[in-house]
Amino acid sequence: MKKFTKTMEFKPLCILIAIILVCGIISGGDFFKVTIVDGHFYGRLIDILRNGSRYAILAAGMTMALGTGGTDISVGSIMAISGAIACSIVDERILGGLHGNVALAVILALCAGALCGAWNGFMIAKLKVQPMVATMILLTAGRGIAQLIADGKIVTITSEGYYSISGGYLLGFPIPMFIATGVVILFLILTKGTAFGMQVEAIGVNQNSSRLAGIRVERNLWIIYILCGITAALAGIIESAGIKGADCNNCGLMIEMDGILAVAIGGTSLAGGRFSIISSVIGALIVQTISTTIYAFGVAPELTRVAKAIIVIIVCLIQSQAFMNKIKAVGIRRSGKEAQAA
Amino acid sequence: MKKQVRLKIENISLVIACVLFVLMFGAGAIHYDHFGSLSTFLNLFNDNAYLIVVATGITFVLLTGGIDISVSSVVAFTCVLSAYLLQLGWSAAVVICIVLVIGLLNGFLIGYCVQELKIQPFIITLASQFLLRGMCAVVSTVSIPIENNFYKAAALNKIAFKIGRTNAKLYLYVFLALAVVCVAFYVLNFTRFGRTVYAIGSNELSAGYMGLNVKWVKIGVYMISSFCAALGGVIFSFYTLAGYSLQNMGMELDAISSAVIGGTLLTGGVGNVLGSVVGVLIQGVIQTIVTYQNLNAWWTRVTIAALLCLFIVLQRIISIRADKRKGGH
Repeated sequence: MKKFTKTMEFKPLCILIAIILVCGIISGGDFFKVTIVDGHFYGRLIDILRNGSRYAILAAGMTMALGTGGTDISVGSIMAISGAIACSIVDERILGGLHGNVALAVILALCAGALCGAWNGFMIAKLKVQPMVATMILLTAGRGIAQLIADGKIVTITSEGYYSISGGYLLGFPIPMFIATGVVILFLILTKGTAFGMQVEAIGVNQNSSRLAGIRVERNLWIIYILCGITAALAGIIESAGIKGADCNNCGLMIEMDGILAVAIGGTSLAGGRFSIISSVIGALIVQTISTTIYAFGVAPELTRVAKAIIVIIVCLIQSQAFMNKIKAVGIRRSGKEAQAA
Repeated sequence: MKKQVRLKIENISLVIACVLFVLMFGAGAIHYDHFGSLSTFLNLFNDNAYLIVVATGITFVLLTGGIDISVSSVVAFTCVLSAYLLQLGWSAAVVICIVLVIGLLNGFLIGYCVQELKIQPFIITLASQFLLRGMCAVVSTVSIPIENNFYKAAALNKIAFKIGRTNAKLYLYVFLALAVVCVAFYVLNFTRFGRTVYAIGSNELSAGYMGLNVKWVKIGVYMISSFCAALGGVIFSFYTLAGYSLQNMGMELDAISSAVIGGTLLTGGVGNVLGSVVGVLIQGVIQTIVTYQNLNAWWTRVTIAALLCLFIVLQRIISIRADKRKGGH
C-alpha cells in the first residue's frame, strides 16, 4: 500500500485545503457557513460544488486526453454546440416532432458531443494529426456550427425540467454535483477497474512501443476523444441550463484553458503518461474556489485573471522539479557559506 | 536530389497555399464588382499588418516545437498600456520603447520557465495570457482613444498608387510589418540562430549533442515571439487608434492557423515565415469575401476551419508518402 503522502492526489488536495482555509480565515468564518433554506443547503462551499461540477466533468474527460499526451482544445466549442442543440430542441425550433422533450434533447445533445469527439478521434487516431492541431479545427468551426444551429440568435427557453439540470436539488444538494460525481465514478471504474487506464498511460509514455506491445492504440484514442466530447456536451448542457438558454458566442468561451489548467494543477503531466482523475477533480475545485473566492471578497472581476495567472505560476513552480532543485541548491550553498564563516 | 527530399513538405504546402490564395482572389474578382483591384489586394496588407507581424513571430516558436498562446494578450496589453500612457501625456517614442521592452521581458520570462524550469510551454504561456489580459483590465476597462500626433501620423500616412482609374493605398506601417518579415526570413535562413531553430525543432536532444546553443536559442524564440506580438500591438494601435482590454480575444489561434496553412508543422522543424504571411493573406481574403457576400461573420470561422482541415490532411498525406519513400530506399 502506497503512503498517502506519496500519491498524486496529495499535493493538490493540500493546495485546495490551504486555499479554503485561507479564505475561511480571511472571511472570518463566513466562508464555511452552510445554511439550510427550504430544505436545500446554501453557502459558499455549496456554490463551489455546484459551479465546480462543470469543470470537474470537463476535467475528467480532459485528463484522459492529456494522459495520452494529447489534448482537446475544442471542448468549449462542443459545449456551445450541445447547448445550442439541447435548447433548440426544448424550444421546438428544430425537431418539433419531439415536442420539446427534455430527456430526448439531452440525449441528442450528448450524441452530438460524441459525434464531435468522434471527428476529433478520426483526425487523431486515423489520420495521426497532432491532437492540438486536430482539435483546433473544431475549436474554430464549432462556434460557427452552433450559430448555424441556433440560427444566429441566443435561444432562450422556458422549461422547468431543463432548468433543474443546473438549478435543481436532490437531497438538499445541487443536481450538477450528483451528475459530476456519477461521471467521475464511471470514469474511475473505467480507468481503475479495467486495463483501460493502464493502456492510456502506456500510450502517453510511448505510442509506438504500446502498439508493438499489442495495445490497440487507435481504438483507445477513438474512445478517449469520444468520451471527451461527451463530457464536454454534458458540461454544455449544464451551463445552458444554468443561464436558461444557449449563447453560442459565450458558452464555454476559453473554458478549455480552465479545463487544462484544472488538470495541470491536479498534477497530470501534460506530456502524458501519468494521470489521476481524482487529482483533476480536485484541480477543478481549486480553480472554482479561486473564482468563487474572488467574487466573494468583492475583488474586481477583472482581477480574476490576474489572480488565476499568479496561482497558475505558483503551482507550476511548485510542481517544477527543476525549480525545486534550484532552490535546494541555493539553500545548500548558503548553509555551506555559513558553515565556512563559522 | 537530396535537396528535393528535404524541401518536400514546406514547399508543397507553400505552393498550394499560394495557389489557393490566387484562386480565391481570382474567384472573388470574377464574382464581385470592384473586388479584383489593386486596392483590395493592398487592403489585405493594410488590415492584417499586425497579424502578419504576430504570425511571423509565433512561427519561430512553432518551429522549435513549442507554442505561445500569450500573443493575443500581449497585443491587447500593448494597445491598452500605450493608449493609457499617451493619455497621460507621455511621448510616443518612450511609450513604444516601454511596450517593446515589456514584450521582450515577457518573452524572456516565458523562455526561462520553459527552458530552465521545464514548465510546459502551453501552461506557462496560458499563465502569461491570463496575467496580461488581467493587467489590461487593471489599466483600464473602457476603451481609451489615442490622440497622440505621432500615432495619428503613423495611422494616416500612406502611399497612394494610381494605376489607370483605380486608386490604391498602402499605409506606412505595412512597410514596418514587411520589414519584420524580411528580417525574420533572413534570420531563419541565413544565420546560425535560424539553423539552430530548425535543428531544435527536428530533434532537440541531438541539437544539444551537436554543440548548438539550445538554451539561449529556445529562450530567444520566445523573446522574438513576444517582441513581435508587442510590435504587432503597436501596429494594431496605429490601426485602431484606441486601446481596449477585450480586443483580439483568441487571436493567437488566427496566428497559429496562419502558420499551419502556410506549411509550418506544429511538431517543429518544418516551415517558414513566408508561408505564415500567405496564411494571413488567405484568411484576409476569406474575410473580404464573407464581407462582400454579406454573410454573417461566423462563416469566416467555419471557412477557415475547413481550410485548416484541408491543409492538415494534406500535410499528413505528404509526410506519410515521404516516410514511405524513405523506407523504400
